[in-house]
Amino acid sequence: MIKGRSVALALLVTWLISSSLFSFAQESKIADLSGNAKAGKALYRRYCITCHGVHGDGAGENAPHVDPKPRDFTKATFKCRSTPSGDLPTDSDLYDTISRGIYNSAMPSWRPLTRQQRADLVAYIKTFSPRFHEEPPVASIVIPPEPPTSAESVKRGEALFQSLNCWSCHGKEGRANGPSALTLTDSKGYPILPFDFTKAPHFKCGETPRDVFKDLSTGLDGTPMPSFADSMKPDQIWDVVHYIQTFAESDRSFFHRAKSEGKLQ
Amino acid sequence: MGFARKWQWFVLLLILGVLGPSVRVFAIPAFARKYNLRCSDCHEAWPKLNNFGQTFKDNGYQLMTGRDAPIYQQASYFPIMFRSMPLWHRESNNRVAVDIVPGNPAAGQAESRITTSGFDITGLDIWTAGTLYKNISFAVEPAISNSGTVFLLNYFVRFDNLLNSRWLNLKVGKFELDNLISEQRELTLSATGGFYQNYHFTPIGDRTSFGLGDNQLGAELMGHSINSYTRYSISVLNSNDGQLSSATNSYDLYADFSQGFEIPRLGLQRVGAYSYVGERPTFFDTSNGAPITGTGMGNRSFSRTGVYGLWYMGKFDLSTFYMHGQDNVFLGNGVRADQPMNLPPGAAGPTWNGGFVEAHYTYNPQLIFFGRGETVLMSRQANPAIRKDLGDVRVWTVGYRWYPIMSSRAGLAWHQEYAIGRTVGTAPLTGRDDVTNSFLMGFDFDF
Repeated sequence: MIKGRSVALALLVTWLISSSLFSFAQESKIADLSGNAKAGKALYRRYCITCHGVHGDGAGENAPHVDPKPRDFTKATFKCRSTPSGDLPTDSDLYDTISRGIYNSAMPSWRPLTRQQRADLVAYIKTFSPRFHEEPPVASIVIPPEPPTSAESVKRGEALFQSLNCWSCHGKEGRANGPSALTLTDSKGYPILPFDFTKAPHFKCGETPRDVFKDLSTGLDGTPMPSFADSMKPDQIWDVVHYIQTFAESDRSFFHRAKSEGKLQ
Repeated sequence: MGFARKWQWFVLLLILGVLGPSVRVFAIPAFARKYNLRCSDCHEAWPKLNNFGQTFKDNGYQLMTGRDAPIYQQASYFPIMFRSMPLWHRESNNRVAVDIVPGNPAAGQAESRITTSGFDITGLDIWTAGTLYKNISFAVEPAISNSGTVFLLNYFVRFDNLLNSRWLNLKVGKFELDNLISEQRELTLSATGGFYQNYHFTPIGDRTSFGLGDNQLGAELMGHSINSYTRYSISVLNSNDGQLSSATNSYDLYADFSQGFEIPRLGLQRVGAYSYVGERPTFFDTSNGAPITGTGMGNRSFSRTGVYGLWYMGKFDLSTFYMHGQDNVFLGNGVRADQPMNLPPGAAGPTWNGGFVEAHYTYNPQLIFFGRGETVLMSRQANPAIRKDLGDVRVWTVGYRWYPIMSSRAGLAWHQEYAIGRTVGTAPLTGRDDVTNSFLMGFDFDF
């Protein structure tokens, strides 16, 4: 009798744990939104499946024709994160990527979908990797306030750009033509080009200075772009942010805006 | 073949050719091929757009990923699409004037039901559209009717994001009016149900040539928010219902504004309002008795104004539409504006109200069911001697489309539809109600 109760209790606990894990993996939280994976599945099959594939492995029927290749969600390796390198992204990170799209890739902005639909998609994308229910959520990095853009800051950033060998990939003029540029591959072995800073403000993971700070701090997982969180202090990262903005050719870049507004002498 | 038999064939051809199933245009695998997206990305079920597709269209057929200009495509890519539909259909009209003695009209006529059926095709649409450069879009669409006539449905160039603002986009040429409930992307295809009655309605005896669903010639300024929740458009158009090589000496105006908003768990809702205000001539200068194009005189006004809504409840959605129409008294009575003495006693500008509710259930991107109830009711006849409800229209349509094939290269749909329509008092001999019904099934494909 006691043995039977124990078994029943064990089964109940197992069920509760698994169901809680299941429900954890099935949901997403973005501010006031709760995403539902079941709803997200229908949306995924409508909008995402041809590139990212039915199993989320980036092997959809269009994948051979797309460059860069679609993200493999089963690896849970994401470029655009606010979390340290190697960690899972937050739900908001995934939501932001879906909303923003990835400029200069086949991934468009999905802002025409409702906020709820995008939250549902996040919930479903998380079901492709067990990491999302095996690992606890990770907090976003802290981004300190941006110091004023100044000529001194830009100069310090230039020195760091040289000493940290950023130029070896991105090129001395930021045109993605450094000596290593053509040798780079992503984590799946596909050739990948470094970002051309003259194309700013169209950075892959967001256009604001804070987004660029985040890129330098967290790195872009799955690509050769490392995290510089351990090799630079936050104010140094801001210096580099200010420097690489000087490469931008577009007068929409915040560097040029700062210059036109007299904030940068 | 006797005269009566020929006459019956004429009726048959009229039903099949003029009112026959018409191909609709806007499902464009040329875009799907360019961007490696499936039909379902832009369409609830093609050709019906979803908001992602609407935003894509509002951006000038651009995804705004930085790769929209044609230079980013393989040199062999050519943005062209074909669409056609082999089908079988049955058409029936309960009150056709038929010679009592075939071949002998002098023996008199009687109303009779004419029912025909057979295989057919919708014609062929050839649609090429895309970008000429970043933020410069175009469309050219010659279409071939199933009787072999070639005509230009669309022909425009569009300058997108002027002054780097998505609120300023200028389109010039021949194009569909900015109707969010687009007749050219509607799901229904049959002779009776394949068009919106409201978009083409004119009262009996009215000489206004205009259809809200007809492509018009002119220029359109439109703008939209980043997700196209907020949209506006203003158009200046020739006063000739989009007729090419037919200059006019006046212009019409069309404006549309809509706002989308989200209801959690239900989806994106949208409400909008539109107004078309135009003029039509009541007479022309003539040469050997024939009107000289572009010399219209005695212009008189007409308008079509209303509201609409797109309501989503998960997989179920409703499109609702209301229109109030009014024409000037001279247009309504078909009388020259310089001859008011020819107006009937008590003549007035005709007015009417119409609307429809169209329901869709999108089981999944490859199966959609639809149904529509539509009505147009006269509120004032141009000639008070005419019965008040003459010309009132009621049409009901149901059907479904199944898409066994859907890829970023081509699409195939199995389409079945039934529609029945009643027009009050238009039977040719007795003045009783005219009832038509259509059944259609076929394979709608584009590539």
